[in-house]
Amino acid sequence: MAQRTPLYDEHVALNACMVDFGGWDMPINYGSQIEEHRYVRSAAGMFDVSHMTVVDLKGEQVRDYLRYLLANDVARLKIAGKALYSCMLNHEGGVIDDLIVYYMNDEWYRMVVNASTREKDLQWMQQQAGAYAVEINERPDLTMIAVQGPEARDKVHAVLGAEATAALQDLGVFFMREWQDMAVARTGYTGEDGYEIMLPTAQAATFWKQLVAVGVHPCGLGARDTLRLEAGMNLYGSDMDETTSPLTSGLGWTIAWEPVERDFIGRQAIQAQREAGLKQRLVGLVLDGKGVLRNHQKVIVDGLESGEVTSGSFSPSLNHAIAFARVSADIGTHCKVDIRGKLIDARVVKLPFVRNGKSCLE
Amino acid sequence: MSNVPSELRYTKSHEWVARNEDGSFTVGITDHAQHLLGDLVFVEVPDVGTDFSAGDDCAVVESVKAASDVYCPLDGEVTEANETLADTPEIINNDAFGDGWIFKLQAKDAGAFDDLMDADTYAEMIAED
Repeated sequence: MAQRTPLYDEHVALNACMVDFGGWDMPINYGSQIEEHRYVRSAAGMFDVSHMTVVDLKGEQVRDYLRYLLANDVARLKIAGKALYSCMLNHEGGVIDDLIVYYMNDEWYRMVVNASTREKDLQWMQQQAGAYAVEINERPDLTMIAVQGPEARDKVHAVLGAEATAALQDLGVFFMREWQDMAVARTGYTGEDGYEIMLPTAQAATFWKQLVAVGVHPCGLGARDTLRLEAGMNLYGSDMDETTSPLTSGLGWTIAWEPVERDFIGRQAIQAQREAGLKQRLVGLVLDGKGVLRNHQKVIVDGLESGEVTSGSFSPSLNHAIAFARVSADIGTHCKVDIRGKLIDARVVKLPFVRNGKSCLE
Repeated sequence: MSNVPSELRYTKSHEWVARNEDGSFTVGITDHAQHLLGDLVFVEVPDVGTDFSAGDDCAVVESVKAASDVYCPLDGEVTEANETLADTPEIINNDAFGDGWIFKLQAKDAGAFDDLMDADTYAEMIAED
């Protein structure tokens, strides 16, 4: 049977349409996915993300360990609470997972990794720990709720009260701060402002209901996917995996090449790829014609296959189909996409498509 | 739970068929089907004048989630398509059995309508889903 999050009963009470998502029974929507998407772009929505895996890494050598484990460099984190987005690569330079790591103090980092990759991630992390003095502990006692949208922070403050508001008001973007027994991070996966909040499971259902009461709209995984796609954020398993390089997955910006003497796992492999020259890259597509872009549709340029769609959907903010596609590095500004045997015109665009409620398309 | 009008006939692939007074038939997807698909964002209707056999895929409905073929329930020729769906596919979500109709067809054998599932049988089938 599929696993249930601590908020399962809340979803059922709200008439959510539940689906199996990587072994978890999760809400796909609570009625209308498009309406939920629009709440996040214009007001405030929330997501149960407690299927995701929270891991605490502690010990004297945790910093050195993470500088070896991750392709981005945790040495960049100098202020307590600061977050970093990174890939965890294998020795061949493939992406084992993408994650966020928070710098708590010199002997404590917190990591949030994907639900679908939990077991292999933990196994890999243990395996690489080897001689490092580091303790790796999962935190299944925490529930995670993402509250996102232009009004999200105000709504959370309204629930938590004046003291919390004062404590959280000046929290910077991509920072986490502890408040009582919660950890509040100004991060997310929607392209909007907001918080991701980790709290003790015993408090989760009450907190969820309080958020509903102040007008935060519950949103399912369906809206989460269209929001992240518009925001130009990758989805593990669709846009990259162990067989793809971060350099052909639009994730080159997350690699910390400097300092050159830092030897992280996968460095040699991706450095060789970079020196040899990259044949592919991940781009944004906007469909000019009618239809919807879907994963694995072929991208055609001058009658030849240039690559394929890695994540495609309908964009509720832009009202037409958008996608990420892994294509030949030399692709121009226009292409065609094979949609059920018909070649439909599309434009190649820079990511993201939407940020802070506004279209980024020229 | 789902709405299943008794005067219509149904297919296993969740199309509904109505017999019109002029002898033609109207086809759409059921309320249950639109609920499974979620918010519809694109509908490709069949070309008027095209002949289909029962079971042919003749239209496509796409939600944010997925694309789904619509199968022709009877042998016949398409006589009219609901062009308003091009700009407002969501009317299928709002009124699957009414304004959300997809196409009309002149059947080769009108009697085949009676062989389709009746409302009770269809309601039973979707209850088991």
